[in-house]
Amino acid sequence: MIGAGVEVERLVKNFGGLRALDGVTLRVEPGERRAIIGPNGAGKTTLFNIITGLLPPTEGRILLEGRDITGLPPHRRAQLGLGRTFQITNLFPKLSVRDNVLLAVQAADPARFTLHRPVEAYPHLFREAEALMERWGLRDRAAAPVRFLSHGEQRQVELLLALAVRPKALLLDEPAAGLSPAETAALAEIIRGLPRQTTILLIEHDMDVAFALADRVSVLHYGGVVAEGTPDAVRRDPQVGAIYLGTAAPYS
Amino acid sequence: MTFWVVQALNGVSFGMLLFLLAAGLSLIFGVMKVLNLAHGSFYLLGAYLGLTVLRLTHSFLLALAAAALGVAALALLLERTVLRRIYGEELRQALLTFGVLFIIADQALWIWGGNPQTLPKPAGFTASVRLGDVIFPSYRLLVIAVGVVMGAALWWLQERTRVGAVIRAGVDDEEMARGIGVNTPLLFTAVFALGAFLAGFGGVMGGALLGVYPGADFEVLLLAFVVIIIGGLGSLKGAFVGGLLVGLIDNFGKAFFPELALFTVFAPMAAILAVRPTGLFGKA
Amino acid sequence: MRPARLVGIFAALFILAAPAFLSTYYLGLLTKMLIFALFAMSLDLLLGYTGLPSLGHVAYFGTGAYTVGLLSLRVVKTFWINALAGLAAPTLVALGFNLLTIRARGSYFLMITLALAQVLWGIAFGWRSFTGGDDGLPGIARPMLGGWSMAGEVPFHYFAVVVFGVCLWLLSVVVRSPLGRALVGIRESETRMRVLGYNVWAYQYVASILAGFFAGVAGVLFVYYNGYVGPAYLSVVVSGQALLMVILGGAGTLVGPALGAAIIVLLENFLSAYTERWLTALGIIYVVVTLYAPRGVLGILRDRLGGGRRAAT
Repeated sequence: MIGAGVEVERLVKNFGGLRALDGVTLRVEPGERRAIIGPNGAGKTTLFNIITGLLPPTEGRILLEGRDITGLPPHRRAQLGLGRTFQITNLFPKLSVRDNVLLAVQAADPARFTLHRPVEAYPHLFREAEALMERWGLRDRAAAPVRFLSHGEQRQVELLLALAVRPKALLLDEPAAGLSPAETAALAEIIRGLPRQTTILLIEHDMDVAFALADRVSVLHYGGVVAEGTPDAVRRDPQVGAIYLGTAAPYS
Repeated sequence: MTFWVVQALNGVSFGMLLFLLAAGLSLIFGVMKVLNLAHGSFYLLGAYLGLTVLRLTHSFLLALAAAALGVAALALLLERTVLRRIYGEELRQALLTFGVLFIIADQALWIWGGNPQTLPKPAGFTASVRLGDVIFPSYRLLVIAVGVVMGAALWWLQERTRVGAVIRAGVDDEEMARGIGVNTPLLFTAVFALGAFLAGFGGVMGGALLGVYPGADFEVLLLAFVVIIIGGLGSLKGAFVGGLLVGLIDNFGKAFFPELALFTVFAPMAAILAVRPTGLFGKA
Repeated sequence: MRPARLVGIFAALFILAAPAFLSTYYLGLLTKMLIFALFAMSLDLLLGYTGLPSLGHVAYFGTGAYTVGLLSLRVVKTFWINALAGLAAPTLVALGFNLLTIRARGSYFLMITLALAQVLWGIAFGWRSFTGGDDGLPGIARPMLGGWSMAGEVPFHYFAVVVFGVCLWLLSVVVRSPLGRALVGIRESETRMRVLGYNVWAYQYVASILAGFFAGVAGVLFVYYNGYVGPAYLSVVVSGQALLMVILGGAGTLVGPALGAAIIVLLENFLSAYTERWLTALGIIYVVVTLYAPRGVLGILRDRLGGGRRAAT
């Protein structure tokens, strides 16, 4: 499985009078790890929502593996290999961990449209779900409804669901949100251990995590990319520092 | 030519009634995110209350006031006692109002009986007037006038007063509104009562125009839905324009295709849903 | 053996043996409960499993009933033709109507489904020459099946039992299938499902067609049961009763709504003997259930007996 390059070209998004994205252009190579950082309100989650198709752009294009996916609905993009986690945990709250994972595993399987045979007739789905849960140490929580899991465990399931469909490109929206330092470190290990070919776009507020995992970093401010480069270069960029310390002028 | 003018005026007067109803329903939904399925029942109750007060006092004005305020009071009671217990759960609230619909419909049947009745028109508006070649009931003209005045009053309330600003804020973003100190529970109660007031008011006006009978609540609720779907939820302008459109379509539809009844309004509604699901002026 | 299974077996035995110890009147009532249980279960597929709240489900019920009524009175008395038509008509309505409306959000969907039912009701009520208007169409004879007449209460009861049993089996296969599980996922989080790659619209559409079909089956059964069809078969009151049956019994469980149907049919039957205010009672039950027991009888039982054993609903 080869990773997919993700590109956005001159992406603009207006919400009524608010210009959330002001001509964003990004080019992430296949297999690259790109961190997207920036203060709150810079437009990062909006960017992800547009890339995955949950929001339409006002202007601009989105490309996956060089293919224009701007007009495609979210499920088609997912079928083409685009995966995503949400900043606010978006699981199936009343279902068990196992049922959550099963739904994810089923998503990529041709059996998913069958309505005349019980799901038990497809044991390979169950086996794969069990294997996934085993690998992530969630096996003993398999029967528990996810809403009873700790926040850290829920974030794990969130990531697990996105990975179950074997994406070529993965969008991680603040995966470490609300996690303790120990949990964050564990999560960073997991992300570092993901298949090298998977392209990863990572929104993170935790600078250490972002810089440690990224090959390149893009800095978003007021809906525009103000800096881009290797973690070291970005860390040293005075303008970036000013943005975070609040002394920079708004991007115009 | 006369035919067209008369039918158009008929449609517009009916449209004004629909506007009153749709405005209330839209307001309630816009602010509280509750689909008030009992809205037609408020109309029905308003009409029946107006009928009773009219019989006792022979004053149309008094009937209007009593009916509208009475329905508003009932709505206030409903909101405070039961509706507010399940804030935030839209389906449950809608279902609860559905139950209220049944209760009101059945009680009205019990109290006022099953025969269709008409409210007597107010003194001075019982005859027809001559407008050029056209002879037209003066009461219908009154309905149009009242509709326009109410529309203007609501617009003024929404755009030019603090209360209106608060309501608009609530429609835009309830959480934010609460964050800046708006007393949401009070706002909700007020909005629900105002919506009911409009429905009750419309009931009296409509009762003199079209009569009142069991089943009117469903019919009127449905038409209010159509207006809102076409005009857009949460928009006063949408309720006005939608009301006019639906009133005209319904009227001409009945004139030309009487047996297809509601289908003539159903078609444009389905068309709007397919093409522009948020309605002409609605927010997404 | 699990208590639920025991209860199910007991209920099945009761239903099968009923003609032996129930009077004709009560047997007929039991048959009616089965018909409405089927109607409620069809709505459960749409509301309980997929999460689409419909106020117009009666549209399919009534269309099936009217189709059978009109054909058997005016065209031909052959059961298979009429039944097939009675199933095809609501399915066609579902196919067309839901194509336009499935993408409507929650409250819009409530409104437009109500509109569909009201429009069809209006046509049934107003088109006297075709549908008999307010009087409806009386005198619809029960079918002859393989030489056996369904006119008697007992044969018709078994006829209804067989149809109900087959439909219950079919519905349970659907809800346990991958598609059925996907419906539950859609109910729990549509966005999640989209982002995982599920074509949510397609699933909702399929669910709505199936739901309409099974409601049509119930309608066909009911018109033969009563020998009559009228505008009341398209009334929002019936839609509302079905909705209450689903919620009262427990949405998303299939069996719960069947139980809810039994309760409501029984209640209506007994209360109507003492008062004309059945609708007021219905409304009050609505308010009470919505406020205090939104997960229904089955929900309460689950909580009491320790839920979570079967996690998929």
